[in-house]
Amino acid sequence: MTFGLSNLIFLLALGTAIFFFARSVGKIRRNIFLGKPINRSDNKSDRWKNMGLVAMGQSKMVAKPIAGFFHIVIYVGFILINIEVLEILIDGIFGTHRVLASPLGGIYTTAINFFEILAVLVIVACVVFLWRRNVQRISRFHKDEMKGWPTKDANYILVIEIVLMFALIGMNATEANMENAKAGPFIVSNLFAPLFSPLSQEGLHMAERIFWWGHILGIFAFLNYLPYSKHFHIILAFPNTWYANLNAKGQLANNETVTKEVKLMLDPNADPYATPAEDQGAPERFGAKDVMDLKWVNIMNAYACTECGRCTSECPANQTGKKLSPRKIMMDVRDRVEIVGKNIDANKGQFVDDGKSLLDDHITREELWACTTCNACVQACPVEIDPLSIIMQMRQYLVMEESSAAQELNLMMSNIENNGAPWQFAQADRANWADDMGAN
Amino acid sequence: MKIPSMAELMAQGKQPEVLFWVGCAGSFDDRAKKITKAFAKTLLKAGVDFAILGKEESCTGDPAKRAGNEFLFQMQAMSNIEVLNAYEVKKIVTTCPHCFNTLKNEYPELGGNYEVMHHTQYLRELLESGKLKIEGGKLKGKRITFHDPCYLGRANGEYEAPRKLIETIEAEFVEMRRCKSQGLCCGAGGAQMFKEPEKGNKDINIERTEEALETQPEIIAAACPFCNTMMSDGIKNKEKEGSIKVMDLAELIEMAGDL
Repeated sequence: MTFGLSNLIFLLALGTAIFFFARSVGKIRRNIFLGKPINRSDNKSDRWKNMGLVAMGQSKMVAKPIAGFFHIVIYVGFILINIEVLEILIDGIFGTHRVLASPLGGIYTTAINFFEILAVLVIVACVVFLWRRNVQRISRFHKDEMKGWPTKDANYILVIEIVLMFALIGMNATEANMENAKAGPFIVSNLFAPLFSPLSQEGLHMAERIFWWGHILGIFAFLNYLPYSKHFHIILAFPNTWYANLNAKGQLANNETVTKEVKLMLDPNADPYATPAEDQGAPERFGAKDVMDLKWVNIMNAYACTECGRCTSECPANQTGKKLSPRKIMMDVRDRVEIVGKNIDANKGQFVDDGKSLLDDHITREELWACTTCNACVQACPVEIDPLSIIMQMRQYLVMEESSAAQELNLMMSNIENNGAPWQFAQADRANWADDMGAN
Repeated sequence: MKIPSMAELMAQGKQPEVLFWVGCAGSFDDRAKKITKAFAKTLLKAGVDFAILGKEESCTGDPAKRAGNEFLFQMQAMSNIEVLNAYEVKKIVTTCPHCFNTLKNEYPELGGNYEVMHHTQYLRELLESGKLKIEGGKLKGKRITFHDPCYLGRANGEYEAPRKLIETIEAEFVEMRRCKSQGLCCGAGGAQMFKEPEKGNKDINIERTEEALETQPEIIAAACPFCNTMMSDGIKNKEKEGSIKVMDLAELIEMAGDL
């Protein structure tokens, strides 16, 4: 063990990476809780089960078998290969080199061999994904909302993962060529070892260090890329499934604010002229116009979205050429809440009205009215994001605050109000069908 | 054949076992009324002790809620709940998946707690308990495909009951490409039934009808009055109404059993 300059640099890099990552996560957390409260902490055992099945078990990923299979490869690879990162961290902090090699002996070589095989599988999976996006050009990756940054983001992530895996293999390949190799040879990197055999021992050590530093600094950088990327789903998939809606999909949330009002209206003892209690504050807005009107779970959903587009490819409105794309709804919520967050940062913790809102500036009315509430998007999402909940809250704002539904819908609603049916038939005629039962 | 109402039974001091919630489409839409009658006939044949609310029934509020008018929805819900609770209703069966979903899932929070069944579930129970007997009959061997209503399938996870009914009538059942949890909406849900669709390159019901036609069916089975309308319109659009029928499962059961 030698403690020197490189340890200091490592600690500095580690500290910086953790500091900035924590800061970014803190901001996302703050942004999520700009949303209104909703209780999603009931039925804890069901929630753990759901998270185990859907996030850890990837149960919904396999609905698309090819993407599902390769995603599981990357997911398992990511989790297991990171065990090796533990060793890298220890080595980096204490100035050791492959600290686990001697104590673990044969197990160490077996483990590294296993990681190497995983690394190759991860590379294959990433190449397959790059192929599907850029060569095969699967349509759900190329809808309008994917133009520009979202497409680049996806490709950056896949390329970074490939580079990190190669750094790992390079690290092992150079190690195996050393005279005083701590471990090896290894099953995959041995194939690359001849590439480095012309190097002197000194050169090998240097190359090994480059791969080692490249790998760990790459991981630190990637960690800090996550909060700015759709790739943040690797973290939020877990809470997102834990806090998911466990009720029947058809059950749309009850709007409590409205319940209060309706109960008051129906209560024969209520005094309509009563002055409201003083601590009530401004009456709550019905439905959602901006991100702050949504529930915090809706905003977490937006940060958990990795823009895979399964929702959009299942959406009947989108499939028939309408503007609605459930994925875009999620991306818009995230974009807007990021703007709101930056506004808060710039104004000493207070949001200063910027004259913009989620409605109209991001999500158009046309999109909202195209939804059939069929739940196909909710069903399709591998991490149980609920775009429908957002659409419904925004429709509530449109109808209850702005009275701006389409004329035909207003007619339907006034029919329900006046005669208890969406069409203009008298309620007294409801059982007329029964009169001519014999005639059929 | 007389269909008793809750009010009449109450006057006689009687309480039926189950309330048949007819729904707005089932009460007023000419096509849906046939489904209502077929189901009511079957209930009578099976000797089910049931009643309807008649003129005391009112819209559950589903299209209002889905259009964003939570006020109107809750007003409807609370006054319906008042009626249902006054009759001490315990069990409800309905031929409309939208009524089914709303009564089952959205009324409890507002004080209405009932055992709610969709008519396909109820018919399955009648058949399984032996109260209703059907063997193949008229529809034996007919090529039938089934369109999953969103509010029965994805919304409430019921995919099996309708398929069991088709099995009972010994039809040649063929699934569409997108079925069960991946079934494609007919385009009517979320209050779309009552408005023009947004601009696009196709109507959703046409997309779904084309998919149904790929299975070369003689009958497209539906289990929702709105899906029925949408698919019937699709079939008319494709000028196939002469050779292909869109029929509710209640009608198929009635036909097969010659009830």
